[in-house]
Amino acid sequence: MVAKLKKVKRFTILTHIIAWAVSLIWIIPFLGVVMASIRPLPEILNGWWNFEVFNPTLNGFSRAWNHPTAPLSRALLNSLIVTIPSTFIPILVAALGAYSFARFRFPTRDLLFLTIVLLQTIPQQMVIIPIFNIAISIGLWNNYIGLILVHTAFALPWQILFLRNFFSVLPVEVEEAAMIDGASYFEIFYKIVLPLTLPALASLTALQFVWVWNDFFFAAVLISSPELKLATQAIPAQMGRLDPNWTVISAASIIVMIIPIAIYVALQRYYVKGIVAGAVKG
Amino acid sequence: MSRRQIKIPLLFLTPALLLLTIFVLFPVVNTIYISLLNQEGEFVGLDNYAEVFGRKEFWNPQNLIEGKPPPYGALIHNGIWILVHLPLSVFFGLLLAVLLRDVKGGAIIKSAVFLGVVIPMIVGGVLLRFIYEADAGIVNAFLRVVGLGHLARTWTAFPQTILLSLILGSVWIWTGFSMIVYSAGLEGIPMELFEVAKIDGASRWRTFWRITVPMLRPATIVVVTMTLLWELKIFDIVWVIQRGGPGGASMVMAVMMYLRAFLYIPSNFGTASAIATLLTIMTFGFAAYLVNRMVKS
Repeated sequence: MVAKLKKVKRFTILTHIIAWAVSLIWIIPFLGVVMASIRPLPEILNGWWNFEVFNPTLNGFSRAWNHPTAPLSRALLNSLIVTIPSTFIPILVAALGAYSFARFRFPTRDLLFLTIVLLQTIPQQMVIIPIFNIAISIGLWNNYIGLILVHTAFALPWQILFLRNFFSVLPVEVEEAAMIDGASYFEIFYKIVLPLTLPALASLTALQFVWVWNDFFFAAVLISSPELKLATQAIPAQMGRLDPNWTVISAASIIVMIIPIAIYVALQRYYVKGIVAGAVKG
Repeated sequence: MSRRQIKIPLLFLTPALLLLTIFVLFPVVNTIYISLLNQEGEFVGLDNYAEVFGRKEFWNPQNLIEGKPPPYGALIHNGIWILVHLPLSVFFGLLLAVLLRDVKGGAIIKSAVFLGVVIPMIVGGVLLRFIYEADAGIVNAFLRVVGLGHLARTWTAFPQTILLSLILGSVWIWTGFSMIVYSAGLEGIPMELFEVAKIDGASRWRTFWRITVPMLRPATIVVVTMTLLWELKIFDIVWVIQRGGPGGASMVMAVMMYLRAFLYIPSNFGTASAIATLLTIMTFGFAAYLVNRMVKS
């Protein structure tokens, strides 16, 4: 018994050591950009882990924020202007559609649903050239409305799948009672179904916000004026191709990634639920 | 309750169907169509596909056969990405999920590992380039500590090393995904199974292979398929680090498509669409399998 206990203990200690060692691999690069962002460039050129000289400064942040060609002060605001509507419009549109799939029977319903579900695997590259052409011809190129519409459409397949599955397991008795009381379909949807759906909506909000905020490809094709560029576009612009200023680019990286990290931390439970539900993202 | 109706459900669906038709369905069909046209807009059959496969940028097995360093062409690079990245991310994801379940502070470590999936891939690319820097990067510092200092270099600057460096870096970015899916899978396994195994005197090793792994099959299907799609579509980190260079050594399909459509002058929508279509066909094969599984379950 004692021997066995000892063995169990040794195993526990071993797993703890391995787990913490492995996790260091994931933590150190983040620690690296944090250190690099608060130290002058000469101090980090031979490694941010050297501390013989240590003069912390916020100079990198102010230079990333006020960058001459790609200032984050502007890019961050631009990203918010695009991301907020691109988060809430698709959720509303998808909820309506998903409710229709979950609660009604109509001809071609299953075929239609299957088609929409399959659309979620379409890569961005497969739609971007025609979208670029359409956007140019109707004046939505280099225009946030175009980008927001594209993000909305692209989000619909996985959101409809996610919400239909959620609606399918909601008890229908309440809705039936409301209908007997004379409520219209839209009233039932807004007053009864949506409030019950809040946890699912939290998952969608977290995932979609982060997804749109992080997107680079759609933005790179559809937005070209320097003053309209988004946060993810500012990163390559500030980095350049040769000899990046690691103080500035580290600060810029932190500013840009802190938003999705904050969303993740605040809505962690819902975020993970959404991921695990198997949301296939384009 | 399923109400037989046609007007109301269609009304509810109209906005979604409209958006999907304009911004997804029509563009997909249109991209296929464009891939069959030349620069003048004339129908040329599969010429663009032939041109894509004829380009060393896309398909260059010669270097690989002769044992030379990349470029091997975008298609082969994506293939190598899958061969190296897929087993590693599955392995590390499963390992971390199993280990961290019983470790003190496991939830915090999980969150840290998962950050790779949460941050923009563009920023992920910056982080990778930084750790691979010659003097400022931590990878070389580590090599010097273990006595391999003579290998130190800027790993993303050379055709010999960039592809593998990016692939390993992308394992760092993506492992959080497989870990989180496996963690959820583990929670779904009834504890009684483990208790019964323990009473029967099964070793940890045996329990792991006979109970944990088979019970995680659905999670594995999701992880493998999603990871394959991610590898096929890889773009941001390659773009921000070397834009497919140096000398095409880190070229992948999505980057090649973007360059031909939107950066090269004159742009070539025909071949870019052909690449996009090929990419989609490959994606679709894997994805149809996953969706089929999900709808069934």
